Amino acid sequence: MDLEKFKVHGGVLIYGAMVSIALATLAIIIGLTVFKKWGYLWREWLTTVDHKRIGVMYILAALLMLFRGGIDALMMRLQTAAPEMKFLDAQHYNEVFTTHGLIMILFMAMPFIIGLMNVIVPLQIGARDVAFPRLNAVSFWLFFFGAMLLNISFVIGGSPDAGWSAYFPLASIEFSPTVGNNYYSLALQISGIGTMLTGVNFIVTILKMRAPGMKLMRMPMFTWSVLITNVIIVFAFPVLTIALALMMFDRLFGSQFFTMANGGMDMLWANLFWVWGHPEVYIVILPAFGIYSDIISTFSKKNLYGYTSMVASMVIISLLSFLVWAHHFYTMGQGVMVNSFFSITTMAIAVPTGVKIFNWLFTLRKGRITFTTPMLYTLAFIPIFTIGGVTGVMLAMASADYQYHNTMFLVAHFHYVLIPGAVFAVIAGFHYWFPKVFGFRLNERLGKHAFWWIIISFNVAFFPLFILGLMGMTRRMYTYSAETGFGPLNMVSFAGALGLAIGFVILVYNIYWSTRYMPRDTTGDPWDARTLEWATNSPIPAYNFAVVPTVTDRDAFWVSKQENIPLFKDQIKKIHMPSNTGKPFILGVIFFFFGFFMVFSMWVPAIVSGVGILITLCAMSFDRDHGFYIPEKEIIATEKKLRGETV
Amino acid sequence: MMKQLFPIRHVLGYIASLVLSAAALAVIYLDLSRAANLVILAVTAIIQASLQLFLFMHIGESADTKKELYLNIAYALFVGLVTIFGTLFIFVWGWYA
Repeated sequence: MDLEKFKVHGGVLIYGAMVSIALATLAIIIGLTVFKKWGYLWREWLTTVDHKRIGVMYILAALLMLFRGGIDALMMRLQTAAPEMKFLDAQHYNEVFTTHGLIMILFMAMPFIIGLMNVIVPLQIGARDVAFPRLNAVSFWLFFFGAMLLNISFVIGGSPDAGWSAYFPLASIEFSPTVGNNYYSLALQISGIGTMLTGVNFIVTILKMRAPGMKLMRMPMFTWSVLITNVIIVFAFPVLTIALALMMFDRLFGSQFFTMANGGMDMLWANLFWVWGHPEVYIVILPAFGIYSDIISTFSKKNLYGYTSMVASMVIISLLSFLVWAHHFYTMGQGVMVNSFFSITTMAIAVPTGVKIFNWLFTLRKGRITFTTPMLYTLAFIPIFTIGGVTGVMLAMASADYQYHNTMFLVAHFHYVLIPGAVFAVIAGFHYWFPKVFGFRLNERLGKHAFWWIIISFNVAFFPLFILGLMGMTRRMYTYSAETGFGPLNMVSFAGALGLAIGFVILVYNIYWSTRYMPRDTTGDPWDARTLEWATNSPIPAYNFAVVPTVTDRDAFWVSKQENIPLFKDQIKKIHMPSNTGKPFILGVIFFFFGFFMVFSMWVPAIVSGVGILITLCAMSFDRDHGFYIPEKEIIATEKKLRGETV
Repeated sequence: MMKQLFPIRHVLGYIASLVLSAAALAVIYLDLSRAANLVILAVTAIIQASLQLFLFMHIGESADTKKELYLNIAYALFVGLVTIFGTLFIFVWGWYA
């Protein structure tokens, strides 16, 4: 076999990455063996079907990927910090910006949001688990191994280098002959299947598993946003699946879907990519809106202003999100009529989004506001996101876009919407729900330190890019000459990137510090919150609620606290639970090898692992497992331990 | 007992799907007129879609889930039609207009 194709030539940095990956793997293996944790890891985590644990694993993976993508960002900012920098060469720079985009969107923002919805949604609707707990584990492991497949590309064979949008003909086998874009098509496909299954799972969970009295229009806003998000997932991801499959055929089997010869059409890739890609933007941003809605209403001590219009605007956004995709390629050559149409639909989205902004402001009005860390992120989100939104409307004007297209102005715009819209939201949600999952709050002082570092550095890092874009700096250029005058502002932006890194380090240090020193919360409701997830104990017992709650109103928990209406009316009875299974994990591992062999066109092992996938799927289908019961006594004992004498 | 263990309807449906897909290949391997090709594609596609709806997506199921099912299909139709006609709009009807 030709070993040459596995090698990556990139000098010191690549070898450093290889060594650090090897060392980290070794350290993990030794650590697990020394502390005898293999059995614990397998029993409690790798085989779990508990939605809370799966959610925690999603969030852990997302945090890891945040740092991987963040280091990519630092390398890019360093390379462009001054004219004619020699830190990265052009090829390496291409790989870094491509993986930065892929990782941040698909392997950081998405899993972080899916992790939060896993932990919180079943609790918010008063359910014991998701509708299909095993399928949920399959989703997670497919996502996880898809992400790992993309990550090893850095040291084995070379990363994708045609941008996160992988436009043809650049991404074709002719112009990108390395295996990089094979990784793209297979890693995204594998984790995309996982995401699609999550979509199905959560739609069913929310429609079918709500506690008695929890009507649709009584659901917390986060659950509403998750429902709509998953509807978009189910309808948008099949387009990506098809596009990736066609890409794989083009690159591995010599088909001609996106080539420029033999009847192929390269622009069709851009078209299909954005038919999925624009709804994808709303997939990451709508749950964020839900998180902010819950946080604002909790820390203003008021119910959410304009509940119905919030729901309606999300439904309208979900429909409009499928009508705007061509605004990503105004300059591709379609006529005035087409561009005008997509301009108008794009601007129309600003209307329901504006409705939501005003609803939040009216919720804040005359509220008793407490400035906790999650609330600070939420308040910072509103003005920063508005800057992102307004520059979005500027980009939406097709004729003006001919000037902005693919400049740093665009880069600044989408960081101004995605970072406050998705990253601040998941950090806010992380701080907000952390005590629910682990039983203690994160330290507020450290949290606020991190907040100010992140907020200020964010603006220092990205605001100069608006100006650089207007000066004519295009995106994805790996270096520039001193005469362009791009130098000083890029240096400012690099300083901002360093500040962001410090902020995130403080955030992680806060997790460590709080784990050791923060007092444990015994109430289960440290924020005096409004929704059902705060009605159970923290940390949450495996069965979520000893007794299924009966809901009489919106903000069910708040109403029950204010008016002394009991939420839990029934007696404690034995609870039926799903049993753990190792099959989803095994399926993920086989998928990983299948993907790897396909990337390198090693057909025989690929077919063998493909058969392995089918066998595992069959084994899962014919598995007769009816779960188990937690006996009454055990529930009462757990409740007494967690909550004292109140049961 | 055998009936419970062996989902005959689903297996038949699966085989029918495969047959219909193979039948659609006639468009490539037989030398037919354009109109005949389109008729073959349309007919096999419609049968295929209804097969999926009735056998695998349980459209004929009990009344209490009817609303969700039809809403779902409406949304799917919306996305599908928008994608197809939007693509035609961009690349055929609206190209350099």
